[in-house]
Amino acid sequence: MGGIPHDHYEPKSGIEKWVDGRLPVIGLLYNTLMIPTPKNLNWMWIWGIVLTFTLALQIATGVVLVMHYTPHVDLAFASVEHIMRNVNGGHMIRYFHMNGASLFFVAVYAHMFRGLYYGSYKAPREITWIIGMLIFLMMMGTGFLGYVLPWGQMSFHGTAVITGLFGAIPFIGESIQTWLLGASAVGQPALNRFFSLHYLLPFVIAGLVIVHIWAFHTTGNNNPTGVEVRRGSKEEAEKDTLPFWPYFVIKDLFALAVILAVFVAIVGFMPNFLGHPDNYIEANALVTPAHIVPEWYFLPFYAILRAFDNTVWVVMFADWISFGIIDAKFFGVLAMFGAIAVMALVPWLDTSSVRSGRYRPMFKWWFAILCVDFIVLMWAGAMPAEGIYPIIALIGATYWFAYFLVILPLLGVIEKPTTPPATIEDDFNAHYGSKAATDSSAASPAE
Amino acid sequence: MFRKLTLTAATILGLASGSAYAAGSEVHVEDFDFSFEGAFGSYDTNQLQRGLQIYTEICSSCHGLKYVSFRNLHDEGGPSLPEDQMRAYADSIEVFDPALFDGDGDYRPATPADRFPEGGDPNAPDLSLMAKARAGFHGPYGTGINQLMRGMGGPEYIASLLDGYHEAPSCAPEDFDGHYNTVFASGGYPDECKDDHGAHMYPGSWISMAPPLYDDAIEFADGHAADVEHMSQDVAAFLMWTAEPKMNARKQAGLTGVIFLVVLSVLLYLTNKRLWAPHKKAAKNRD
Repeated sequence: MGGIPHDHYEPKSGIEKWVDGRLPVIGLLYNTLMIPTPKNLNWMWIWGIVLTFTLALQIATGVVLVMHYTPHVDLAFASVEHIMRNVNGGHMIRYFHMNGASLFFVAVYAHMFRGLYYGSYKAPREITWIIGMLIFLMMMGTGFLGYVLPWGQMSFHGTAVITGLFGAIPFIGESIQTWLLGASAVGQPALNRFFSLHYLLPFVIAGLVIVHIWAFHTTGNNNPTGVEVRRGSKEEAEKDTLPFWPYFVIKDLFALAVILAVFVAIVGFMPNFLGHPDNYIEANALVTPAHIVPEWYFLPFYAILRAFDNTVWVVMFADWISFGIIDAKFFGVLAMFGAIAVMALVPWLDTSSVRSGRYRPMFKWWFAILCVDFIVLMWAGAMPAEGIYPIIALIGATYWFAYFLVILPLLGVIEKPTTPPATIEDDFNAHYGSKAATDSSAASPAE
Repeated sequence: MFRKLTLTAATILGLASGSAYAAGSEVHVEDFDFSFEGAFGSYDTNQLQRGLQIYTEICSSCHGLKYVSFRNLHDEGGPSLPEDQMRAYADSIEVFDPALFDGDGDYRPATPADRFPEGGDPNAPDLSLMAKARAGFHGPYGTGINQLMRGMGGPEYIASLLDGYHEAPSCAPEDFDGHYNTVFASGGYPDECKDDHGAHMYPGSWISMAPPLYDDAIEFADGHAADVEHMSQDVAAFLMWTAEPKMNARKQAGLTGVIFLVVLSVLLYLTNKRLWAPHKKAAKNRD
């Protein structure tokens, strides 16, 4: 695993030998669990476990919800109320599932920004990163599809808006929208297929998660220094690493328990805080909510979508140069998907020779602004598209693209990085060693 | 450079708050102290029973509660009517049964398994989920802090609305449709009451529902005050229960879960500390 020299599984008992000779599944599990892991991983390396747990939680609660849910335009809303009122424990299962989506996105954003700061996307981990971005896209799709199922006002009108995005594609957009909805408008065919896909996609995600884990088990984990594990000999590697079980499993489980305590408090005490109240009104095609707002986890990208209206000169220029094919609406759609695309391309946009942001004095600040930018975009996306908010969204969206397309490529050239420690062992020792021996380049415990 | 950015951000925020104030027509929702707020809050059974009485005698003439069953009135953590009272209550209400009269349907007294009938007035929305559907003021500035810190939600809105009827401002024409309510934001608004920029000069708008409550409209068996303010809160609390009947059970489950996870966290923390101790000690001794 990971080209990191380590002990391999040897079947000992008769049964183990019998199984191993036919299907090396015990060895696979053993090698996966015992993978040598850099011993200096900090608390930002716990989100993977949280995400795996959340996927399992969503699938388990979802399977039970499906037993009581009816995907019919006249019955869906009532069937959710049936779950909330009459099914044993149904209100808890539904609230866990509903807020589980939020937990999923909190964790995935933390996981992604971790990767962006510590350069986890850089060679040789590009495929891990790309698979991760695919998972993120699938998660967004699944989250959206699931939000449609309760068939509330926001479900219905949100579906109209989001499928309308595809309608903005020139020439073929309208056909695509009709194809997606199964009709010319949101209705029974849409609800039926969204239900089907909402059940399917989590299993696609589960498959991609396995590939994601396989990929980073091939390259080995990144770590806060970005310095690779020494692979010269087993002894050397063992100085840099500890096996995943039990060291990181217990650490991650501790973090998971803390996060779940917060999560259960939200589910128990304020389960509707993150949702939109309009979704407790049954869908009605004739009444459009005053503000159609997606769930919080889509807001940064929703803000980017809305930022580019036809008062922005870039949009006007694109409209003019393309003879009107790229109008403001289509430009917004391109910007939204582009915002994710530039993130997916970051392994090739970041030109720095140093992997971890910890040793990049200028990068740190630009990255901090990116984090603030993400929060500001999220907030701007929740506000009505009038007054100052579109301008804030436009500034935020511009920075988002500038960071990936201009700042990252340039920084690699103009920035003078500090020197990372020679080995992971040095970093670990500097961190936990006596204060006197700690040199300035050592990690601070806060990281 | 960084200071400049901070300044820019501060300016933007300042501008944003300015424009939000200028938007004006925001309504004021009173922050009531309901018994069910907070992590440990639970429904006040007496208040729910008073709310049920107000709903039965006043609201139900137009509004329905189609997701609530009569048997729920007997449930723990709700109005908790004794079983015989709940049965008697159901028996006193007629529901439409499409199976009767050879499939033509007919009215019959309700059983505990039946649901509250839908409202008589097609324009009056069903009230089952109203307390959750009207929790939509995530203020200030969309941050949701009021909801988080002060437990502001749908019941506050309902109580404020029922107590929000006032004498219409003099600018409004006599025959303007509806009833002036300072809390209702999405109703009609006479042009005469807008200023030159089209901004509303008075809060709220005109709602089609006539003021449903008036002082001493109800006589409570326990002699509880029956002024509009108290009744608004009682019926709002009742509607919170109809929207979220399992709230007490949910909070209990939440509390159990949090306690369990906190204990588990402590144990895992100690396990983790102990597990890593030799390796951290080795690192320390090296230096």
